[in-house]
This record gives sequence, structure tokens and C-alpha cells, in this order.
Amino acid sequence: MTGNVSEANKGQITVLYFASLGDRLGVEQECLTISQPSTVDMLKLQLAERGELWREIIGDGSTRCAINHRLANASDAICDRDEIAFFPPVTGG
Amino acid sequence: MRFAIVMKSLFSHRLPADKAHAVISIQQQDFDVAEEYQALLRPSVTGAVVTFVGCVRDFADSEKTLFLQHYPGMTENVLVQINNEAHQRWPLIASKIIHRVGALHIDEQIVFVGVSSAHRQAAFDACKFIIDTLKTQAPFWKKEGRQWVEAKSSDQDAADAWLKN
Repeated sequence: MTGNVSEANKGQITVLYFASLGDRLGVEQECLTISQPSTVDMLKLQLAERGELWREIIGDGSTRCAINHRLANASDAICDRDEIAFFPPVTGG
Repeated sequence: MRFAIVMKSLFSHRLPADKAHAVISIQQQDFDVAEEYQALLRPSVTGAVVTFVGCVRDFADSEKTLFLQHYPGMTENVLVQINNEAHQRWPLIASKIIHRVGALHIDEQIVFVGVSSAHRQAAFDACKFIIDTLKTQAPFWKKEGRQWVEAKSSDQDAADAWLKN
């Protein structure tokens, strides 16, 4: 054990931003390092640290989150190699 | 060969919805309603077919392109779930959901929902259930010119109404 303990507690995730979220935040996809264990709420806090715009958009009550293609709740766990998506209410059909 | 095709069409209505012909399609290209109608028929058992088409109406932005974004992977899953739920709630023979993505223009077709059953009540209800639910759950987003469309509360009300039944 030569100082790899901190790496073991980190994960790499992909985060996608759809529709107006992607446009307003100026990013559609990124890779992120998270501390583990993590949750949707914790990820939102991490993203909110980027500034007012991120706080407002990611924190908005209407913003949805999915983990690996399934809708997620605030307390759902996020793990290494997960794919996370943030998006506004859908408007298909 | 003809025998095999006839046997397949006679018995395919007994397959679970997600194992029958491609019941869900997300595609850029246009669809042919007449062709889709024919594909919903099963000899001797189909009594009713109901189809719905959603089209692009004019909108305010001067840039007259409607862009439809979706979430590859998740959108298909959600449509399959909605289709399966329709088959669980109503005695359907066949169903098909087609949703176009990419750049569309005014008067173009966007979405097709078709269902067939022995009797009309199930076909009407299932068709409406599918489109009402798709509009509030399926990960698609419309951009009218430069403006992303906002979700409507009336769409959520229509979807919620199916929860009480």
C-alpha cells in the first residue's frame, strides 16, 4: 500500500447535458472525477461549486437526472464508470 | 416460403410485445402511415386499428427548422417500457411507435403511434396512453429554430390522468 488509498476512493464518470441545459452551460459531455461513495445530490453540490450559473441550472427543481439510462433520485448512488445525464423536462411527441 | 410467412403472421400476435417485429423505431427518415397500418393487421383476429400522427406546426422563430434531440440508449428503453405497459394494461394484438429525430420542417411528420386489437376501446385507450405518456417521459427535446420548447402542464395532466385508472 504505497499511497493508492486516495485513488481507491475516487471514481471516473461521464456526465451528459441535454437540450437547453447543454446550451446554457456550454458543455454537452465531460468526464469527471468523483469521490466515492457519491450520490446525485453530492454530484450536484460538486457542480454547483463552478459558479452561479451551474448552481441555478443544476439545482433547479425541474432538472432531471439519469444514471446509466434510468431516471435517478437525489439519494441514488453514483459509482465509478457510471454515465450521468442532466436534462430539462422532456418535450417529444 | 409463402407458408412460412403466413404462419409467422398468424402467430406473431402471440409474441410478447418486445419480441415481435421492431415495435419501437427512432429514426431520421420519414415513415409511411399506410405501410405501418398494414403491418399492424393480423388475419382473422384484428377488429380495430387506431393510429396517431404528430406533425410539425408553424412556430415563432424565423429560422424554420425543428430540431429533435434524444438520448441514445435511454430513449429506446423508455419507449419499450411504455409499449410494454400498454400491452399489460390492454389486450392488444400489435403496436408500433416511431419517433423521428434530427432536423425537421413545418408540416413534416414527427411521431407515429399505432395499435391493433380485437375491439376498439382497447385500441383507442392504448393509443392515447402511449402518446400521452411518451410526451412526458420519453427523452426527446424539441428546438424550434433557436428556441428550446418548454414542457407544458397540460401534457403532464394528460399523462397523470392515466395513473388514476
